[in-house]
Amino acid sequence: MDNVEILSRIQFAFTIAFHYIYPPLSIGLGVCLVIMEGLFLKTGNVVYEELTRFWVKIFALIFGIGVATGIVMEFEFGTNWAVYSRYVGDIFGSALAAEGIFAFALESGFLGILIFGWNRVSPRVHFLSTVLVALGSMFSALWIVVANSWQQTPAGYRIEGEGLKARAVVTNFWDMVFNPSSVERYSHVLIGAFLAGAFLVLSVSAWYILKGRFEDHSRKAFRIALWVAAVASLGQLFTGHQSAEVVTKYQPAKLAAMEGHFEKSAPADAWLFGWVDAEKQEVKGLKIPGGLSFLVHQDFTKPIPGLNSIPPENRPTAVNFVFQTYHLMVMIGMTLIGLSWLALFLLYRKKLFQTRWLMAVFVPSVLLPQIANQVGWYTAEVGRQPWVVYGHLRTSDALSQAVRAEHVLISLLLFTFIYVVLFGLFLYLLNKKIQHGPDTDLMTDENAPFSKRNPDLFEIH
Amino acid sequence: MDTVLGIDLPTWWFLLIGALISGYGILDGFDLGAGALHLFFRKEQSRRIVLNAIGPVWDGNEVWLIIGAGALFAAFPLVYGTILSAFYLPFMILLVAIIFRAISIEFRSKEPMAWWRTFWDVSYCLSSTLISLLFGLVLGNLIQGIPLDKDHQFVGRLRDFFNPYALLIAVTVLSLFMLHGAMYLAMKTEDRLYAKMTVLINQTSKFFILCFITASMATLIYVPHMEAIFHKHPVLFVFPVTAVLIVLNIRRMVEQRRYLRGFISSGVTTALLMVLFALGLYPNLVLSRTHPEGHISIYEAASTDQSLRTMLLFAAIGMPLVLTYTVFVFWTFRGKVKLEETSY
Ligand code: HDD
Ligand code: HEM
Ligand code: HEM
Repeated sequence: MDNVEILSRIQFAFTIAFHYIYPPLSIGLGVCLVIMEGLFLKTGNVVYEELTRFWVKIFALIFGIGVATGIVMEFEFGTNWAVYSRYVGDIFGSALAAEGIFAFALESGFLGILIFGWNRVSPRVHFLSTVLVALGSMFSALWIVVANSWQQTPAGYRIEGEGLKARAVVTNFWDMVFNPSSVERYSHVLIGAFLAGAFLVLSVSAWYILKGRFEDHSRKAFRIALWVAAVASLGQLFTGHQSAEVVTKYQPAKLAAMEGHFEKSAPADAWLFGWVDAEKQEVKGLKIPGGLSFLVHQDFTKPIPGLNSIPPENRPTAVNFVFQTYHLMVMIGMTLIGLSWLALFLLYRKKLFQTRWLMAVFVPSVLLPQIANQVGWYTAEVGRQPWVVYGHLRTSDALSQAVRAEHVLISLLLFTFIYVVLFGLFLYLLNKKIQHGPDTDLMTDENAPFSKRNPDLFEIH
Repeated sequence: MDTVLGIDLPTWWFLLIGALISGYGILDGFDLGAGALHLFFRKEQSRRIVLNAIGPVWDGNEVWLIIGAGALFAAFPLVYGTILSAFYLPFMILLVAIIFRAISIEFRSKEPMAWWRTFWDVSYCLSSTLISLLFGLVLGNLIQGIPLDKDHQFVGRLRDFFNPYALLIAVTVLSLFMLHGAMYLAMKTEDRLYAKMTVLINQTSKFFILCFITASMATLIYVPHMEAIFHKHPVLFVFPVTAVLIVLNIRRMVEQRRYLRGFISSGVTTALLMVLFALGLYPNLVLSRTHPEGHISIYEAASTDQSLRTMLLFAAIGMPLVLTYTVFVFWTFRGKVKLEETSY
């Protein structure tokens, strides 16, 4: 591997992993905002309006950084992965262009109204903008995930040309869009984002409840987010299982790496946790014998092809890494289900907000979906190696020819520096907004909340 | 070859990408220009007003860049990879500037301390200026052609990028954006700040016209291939002639203080300059300065007809939508800026 390759891979992984801190939060918060503002319109209760205004501010902060860091990857395809860009342009480019036209424009346009439009449009139009921004952010994830799914499980294409001139061209647009992993991946990614947003709301509200601040607001917000989290965490298990089935079928090398399964053809175990020694080809840990065979074939003894059945040059090298990231994700998934259903049960028994230890657990829980989202992608992307386009284009062949290692090093250092600073500032400002909390005294004349400015709108209820 | 309304698909995409880039220049042009002028305003109150003048719209404007780049990637992947990897570092610096600009706008109002605000003000102004200059530099290089060998591989060096002609184009683009931004701000401000804008507009318009004349002369002298098309099709002379008339019109509007019309004229100027550039290039997208066989034509770089056709459909559905929300948002925030509690 030469330096340009290593550096470009590190740079791409770093920049996209950093980007991926923010979009899941915006997508998930978007859903919570729609519910909050919808409840406000329905009940006319000013508490919901104050909650919405508070979370819109946090949304704006997160969104802003998501936007600032997103453009980087779009350009990186051209700057660092020129051969890849040419290879997939026919397919991938259309997804990216569609994303811009259909999603980003929608989102960015109405964002202005969401943030600055409180005194300029009616409550209904404002709510409509909230819905459109939330939808826009889900569309933004759609196209890019379709593109990624295509490079994992290509379909609806033909390869034209040879060597450096080879490229994939679309033969059937809808087959390309609905390639074998799109639907599973998109639903899994989307629900992962709902979890990220819901747990942010849960965490902040739990903290206020512990501190005895904004009790009424926080309980309402906690309830909303708890429902989202409870439904989503089950959905995540379901869609995750489906994703695993797709991997089994189309990327056997990745599946074998996920469970550290080496033998050419033997029943495979499922590990609860473990450590892979790729040299000795063994795993140490706690396993369910034949568990993977059971999950895949509903039969503990059916054989599954292992890494040794795949030519060495086509195997992912970082087996232990893929194994660990995968198991961490699944473990977190189970924890999230446990946490949210326990809380729901206590809510039903009317004991939830008095159970202080549980509230204390919810405060740091915001990190769990974030970590799961990150490591889930590491599993998917590192497990995909050595291919960029699975089975067709190797990562090492996809690089720009004109780029020099020193230049990539410079840009990587620049991004590292900026992102570290940016992340620090983000945490600082986020913390500041949370410390400040919702404004509960919006009653001054020119800044009166909707419910005061338009009393007749809410009289019917 | 497939055609739609008698025009072949790669040509459609050549036109569309030209339109997207012009749209980007017109829309983000004014907020970049406003940013480049930011430090001319000294008082906190004034700085807030000019920042909030672009507050609700700048992000939507920037989306035109994302769509434009996405369209280039989709329609002409070969060109996308070639240009971006050839100018690796300049594009990386562009990205850094774009990030800084976004967060400067976002973060400035989040703390009251004077040093905090001044820091982000400077960062906002510098990044806006740098972005305008870098786009100008790229444009200047593309007008002249870049060193490509016959296999379209870039064979130049980084320092080729900073040649005098490209630097001149960069300053011209900056001056145009500044003028465009100043006129936008004049429409958004009142009283003393408005008075200040009239002075700034007067100065930036002179600066722009000076740059425009110099750049036109330099192009005529140093970049003869840009005129070839006018010798072949003399009717096309209407475009440069209109461009000159519109630029003169800008001065007239400035003197009469009719800034909406002036703003429209500077927008049209941006579009016309793109048209001139496109006429000089067509049917190529990238010219090679060193090997004429290295030119990349739209036909060679294009994606398949099927993709181009699908995307044309997307564009036909998507662009009217985008224009509708753009108009809706600008309409919602029409009139002079008033600072509110949600303002930056
Ligand atoms: C909140 C986040 C989250 C949670 C709790 C889970 N996942 Fe996940 N998972 C993701 C977030 C995620 C992700 C970040 O969204 C990934 C990365 C790529 C993708 O398609 O989704 C992913 C990928 C991913 C893949 C790889 C797909 C591929 O390589 O093509 C599998 C097999 C699973 N997941 C399975 C599961 C299972 C069985 C879970 C048990 C509950 C689980 N995930 C919980
Ligand atoms: C959906 C959009 C995505 C696309 C199109 C995409 C595409 C790519 C490409 C082109 C590379 C570089 C080539 C390579 O190393 O294989 C890469 C690598 C990588 N990406 Fe993604 N990616 C996406 C999402 C993500 C996300 C959200 C994350 C993390 C949060 C991620 C994590 C990584 C990592 C860790 C690598 C490096 C893998 C390695 O070099 O071993 N990806 N991806
Ligand atoms: C290589 C992959 C990616 C590219 C090229 C990319 C590109 C971009 C760009 C250009 C923006 C800014 C849009 C604007 O100005 O409004 C953006 C924002 C966004 N991206 Fe990405 N992105 C990538 C990966 C992802 C992934 C994997 C997801 C989600 C699954 C995602 C979801 C979003 C969302 C929701 C936004 C809106 C801003 C926000 O919510 O923070 N992106 N992205």
